[in-house]
Amino acid sequence: MTITHHLDDATLMAYAAGALDEAMSLVVASHLAWCPQCHKAARCGDHLGGALIDEISEEPMSNGALDRIMGQLDTASEPLDSVAVLADHRRPRRPDPASGELPPPLARRLGVPVSEIRWRRIAPGVQTFAVPLSPSASGKLSLMRIAKGVTMPEHGHGGSEMTLVLSGSYIDKFGRFSAGDVADLDIDVEHQPVADSNEDCICLVAQEAPTRFKGIIGRILQPFVGL
Amino acid sequence: MAAALSNSVENMSDVTPGITQNVQMAALIDDIANRRSKQAFAVLFEYFAPRLKSFMMRKGADSHLAEDLVQDTMLSVWNKAALYSPARGSVSAWVFTIARNLRIDRLRRQGSYQFVDIDDYDEVSDDPASDDLLIVDQERTMVRQALEGLPEDQMEIIRMSYIEDMPQSEIAKRLKIPLGTVKSRMRLAYSRLRPKLETTQ
Repeated sequence: MTITHHLDDATLMAYAAGALDEAMSLVVASHLAWCPQCHKAARCGDHLGGALIDEISEEPMSNGALDRIMGQLDTASEPLDSVAVLADHRRPRRPDPASGELPPPLARRLGVPVSEIRWRRIAPGVQTFAVPLSPSASGKLSLMRIAKGVTMPEHGHGGSEMTLVLSGSYIDKFGRFSAGDVADLDIDVEHQPVADSNEDCICLVAQEAPTRFKGIIGRILQPFVGL
Repeated sequence: MAAALSNSVENMSDVTPGITQNVQMAALIDDIANRRSKQAFAVLFEYFAPRLKSFMMRKGADSHLAEDLVQDTMLSVWNKAALYSPARGSVSAWVFTIARNLRIDRLRRQGSYQFVDIDDYDEVSDDPASDDLLIVDQERTMVRQALEGLPEDQMEIIRMSYIEDMPQSEIAKRLKIPLGTVKSRMRLAYSRLRPKLETTQ
């Protein structure tokens, strides 16, 4: 399965800098777990961070800081064995988006497989699930499940949005997006994704501000959708 | 060789000609991972702690919180030294990611949703050649040179993103420019860095 839609470079930089919000970070991390190209690109951002650390002017630590930490090393030490086990967790092969398994960062957050998700139906052929975030998080993270042939109600954006396709596929004005592809959209870009796979199209969607639905149908739906 | 290297290093200014700083740091990390060397750890602490403290304070932490985060970062370096390999990049880049992730966790103040760097658990080696210290060294030099060559308006965005931790929308507000301009400057800066890394890999 080839990924054809990738992360924006600006997003990769912001991610490496630690400046993305939690919802977006999780979508990015999930895409990186699948996409060698973007993962390699994200390393570039880490290199940048390393270079900045090397160049930054120093701020002296308080007296005795080194002694204090040296004293903690014995109690802080995890046995070498457990670290070796951690190192062995590295998978030899990158997980494949087509395999049907969730990308590891998302799988860890959800704690249950997709088959056990309790979906909420918000419109015919459109189901959603709110992914839990930290209490201080701004923005929203949702799973969306769209049946074949169904269009999401037309919506504009109050802020940035990012969509990672987990399974199935959809088509919009930017092309077809299938498992592993990510849609990294600017503010005010409108799109109408139409699911076109036989099985439901399941996506992970991060939003910076609430989606607003257009038209009278939208205004009726909005309070119930709570997107 | 790694043991001989780190024994001769009292601090990071003892640079043996021909052996770059990153190679020395990697040797120290190796000493920590395989021999639990506190001496090696002390050398790295002397180098990174004041830099990380400065980094954290610029992102808004007071002196006390900054030192807290530095201690946590360095303890994590002590515990996770075995996870470092040149495939992760330079030692500085690796330490940066640890500090970044710890800070994110602290900001979220939520133990159960720790920021788990995918590289810790899901690291995949796509490119066998990437596990080579010399290549990492070249990358590091390239990145620094590229940074030095950046126009000020791009450098400003990078600084605000990495050092001050501002989301792009805030950068736009602070500089009174459209968000699109912030993004395109980031992309431009990025496009200058990437080719330099890709030619060495």
